[in-house]
Amino acid sequence: MAEKQVKIRIQTEDFDQGTEYQRLAQGTQSGAVVTFIGRVRDMQDTDPHANASMHLQHYPGMTEKVLHQLTEDAMQRWPLERVTILHRIGTLEAGDQIVFVGVSSAHRKAAFNACAFIMDYLKTKAPLWKKEGGRWVEAKDSDRKAANAWQHTNGV
Amino acid sequence: MANIKLLYFASLADTLQCSEEILMLSNETDTISTLKKTLSERGAPWEAIMGDNINIAVNQHIQHQDQSLADGDEVAFFPPVTGG
Repeated sequence: MAEKQVKIRIQTEDFDQGTEYQRLAQGTQSGAVVTFIGRVRDMQDTDPHANASMHLQHYPGMTEKVLHQLTEDAMQRWPLERVTILHRIGTLEAGDQIVFVGVSSAHRKAAFNACAFIMDYLKTKAPLWKKEGGRWVEAKDSDRKAANAWQHTNGV
Repeated sequence: MANIKLLYFASLADTLQCSEEILMLSNETDTISTLKKTLSERGAPWEAIMGDNINIAVNQHIQHQDQSLADGDEVAFFPPVTGG
């Protein structure tokens, strides 16, 4: 992977979608750009007693390694121009942005698929853990199923 | 003296009340399986945790099979991940 092709950061700071889009759109071959943003939902919507804060812990070093590997896997499977993965850690509040995954490619099918692939695998492989209102969030079966589904498709 | 560094994350660290420790490399700790057995022998809550749906990474690479451990290895134990 060329240096400028891939941008992966674990950070406490917020990110700006517009800025990240500009980076992904560079290059004459980026005909299709797909971006995804994951945000903290307002837990107090369903449970008025819930604590609105979320805390994210990660395994420094391994998180970056895993995300780089996922990106490499996606780039082997689809023809991609650029990939950006940003994941925030630390304390976040309802409405805050958590994660950004962006992909550019010549055509849209690869861009849509690669973005979904990266998010599905990030949710099951990247060593990060969420704590909401003092309680550790449990991994979801639906996330594991979504990741596994990529093993059975043609990867187009 | 040959050592390995153990790391515990998230709910595991809370339950075990430990996030990091250094262990001497010996016959009882020189593979993932012997290490797990040795840690289980500490009793509750280690016993339950080592038997569970636990993820193990050696030098930041997830392991799905038994593996020998060497001096200076970093072994991390963590629950199913919930990022994203």
